[in-house]
Amino acid sequence: MKGIDNVNSLIQTAIEQGLIFGVLAVGVTITFKILDFADMSAEGTFPMGAFIFAKFILAGMSPLISTLLAFFIGAFAGIITYILHVKMKITALLSGILTMTLLYSVNLRINNKSNVGLFNYDSIFDNMEVIIVLIIIVTIIKILMDLFLKTEIGYLLIATGDNETLVKSLGEDSNKYKLIGLMLSNGLVALSGAMMAQYQGFADSNMATGIVVIALASVIIGDTIFKNSKKLKRTTRAIIGAIIYKVIGAIAIDLGLSPQDLKAISAIIVIVFLGYNNLSFSIPFLKDLKFKKVKEIV
Amino acid sequence: MLNINNLSKSFNTGTENEINVFEKFNIHINKGECTGILGANGCGKSTLFNIISGVLAADNGDIVLNGKNINNLRENERAQFIGRVYQDPSRGVSPSLTILENISLSDKKCQKYTLKNLINKKNIDSYRESLKSLDLGLEDKLNTEVKYLSGGQRQSLSLLMATFNKPELLLLDEHTAALDPKTSRLIMEKTQELIKNHSITTMMISHNIKDVIKYSDRIIMLDKGKVMLDVKNGEITEKELIDIFNTKNYDSYMDEAV
Repeated sequence: MKGIDNVNSLIQTAIEQGLIFGVLAVGVTITFKILDFADMSAEGTFPMGAFIFAKFILAGMSPLISTLLAFFIGAFAGIITYILHVKMKITALLSGILTMTLLYSVNLRINNKSNVGLFNYDSIFDNMEVIIVLIIIVTIIKILMDLFLKTEIGYLLIATGDNETLVKSLGEDSNKYKLIGLMLSNGLVALSGAMMAQYQGFADSNMATGIVVIALASVIIGDTIFKNSKKLKRTTRAIIGAIIYKVIGAIAIDLGLSPQDLKAISAIIVIVFLGYNNLSFSIPFLKDLKFKKVKEIV
Repeated sequence: MLNINNLSKSFNTGTENEINVFEKFNIHINKGECTGILGANGCGKSTLFNIISGVLAADNGDIVLNGKNINNLRENERAQFIGRVYQDPSRGVSPSLTILENISLSDKKCQKYTLKNLINKKNIDSYRESLKSLDLGLEDKLNTEVKYLSGGQRQSLSLLMATFNKPELLLLDEHTAALDPKTSRLIMEKTQELIKNHSITTMMISHNIKDVIKYSDRIIMLDKGKVMLDVKNGEITEKELIDIFNTKNYDSYMDEAV
């Protein structure tokens, strides 16, 4: 009985963390999937969100305002990557890496320390069950993002990632949409960082190591599992992908995997899912296997 | 209508690989005409289109469209006057969006894009009518993502989108070169229909001499950044054009013509 309770608690923790990473995955979806922009700055923006939250909560602000400020200030990190890439013509990948490196020092400066304990401070989870609060926040973000992507500006954001020439031919400056995308993405990543700081009770400068791979793993898992589902929007796929990723990790740990191997597992999950997507169409053996599977289902 | 005066453009300036594509190049395009542009690869046809549409900046010279100097306008700012259809059918559309979403985007071309919903159900019938005029059955595929369309369907959609706001100048950049002969003919006929119905001044780059003769009012042949031949349609036969193209013997033809 105790064992089952442990598993339930482990799965619940995984779902809660998955919901927090769902916000991160939605942010990364905007850059990697919609804008086709490999923005690595998330590794700097995620802890930045945590440290900004810590700064304001320590200064006596409400947890909700502190969390929202993490979103808005995080969005400004997107401007740095934008300037490096668009104005200074540095490649997308390097621009993100430079912003990430820059933010590492900025994050240490925000509170003048690399680890800030938040156990004794208010958080957005104080008045309700953690999972309820997370479901509410993630649902609001998902609905707002879906509504935004249905607007004229939202569609231009998608078109910018798809074909910049078209956006210019519509009379629009495609760089404007890159800026909007980068700001929105970094804002959501910082928001996710702020939520994680409150959830785990501290902000740490190393809390984001490998976070982009985790976010990508979430997006790829969601896309691979639900790629034939036209009804599930990309935001939903990213969020469910993040939850599945976390649950897989929790089960792996429960089965005896050492937590220190989790990062390698993240990378392996990305490799397996990407490989499955990319190679199965070119390897006849796998193609046949897929075909058989479909036939069996039919 | 379009005047290009004293245009100069070079690449790799100051290096041993410097290429002078245009030097004091002049051209005048008449309103309402379709001008076919011929010339071998590297003669400057695409560079000319890139300069007109603002993709490339000229080193010197003026581009004047309907009396307005557009030199300082950026590519997206020139889009309110200029439409362009590319050789690659995917360059004029957003492949991951549906036909309806693509057309709705082009319907708002050069207006202010806002946070309003893009899809307006009131407009769907008129979009269907426009698509129906292409005779490709696209009106029944409004919710199909453009990446699933054939090259010809995609190119006809690009054409429709490029002419949706009835531009003052339409640039056709070898827009049928990537299509099979049957589809190419169909797209050329639709192009002709659109530009005649809306009286759009058109410049058309093509390597297909038959198409240039059939659909152009005027034929210009470029060679090494210079206008080597400039005739009205009817003043030259297909055979003569092919001869000139093969021998580059412009002078002998011009003498004969005179």
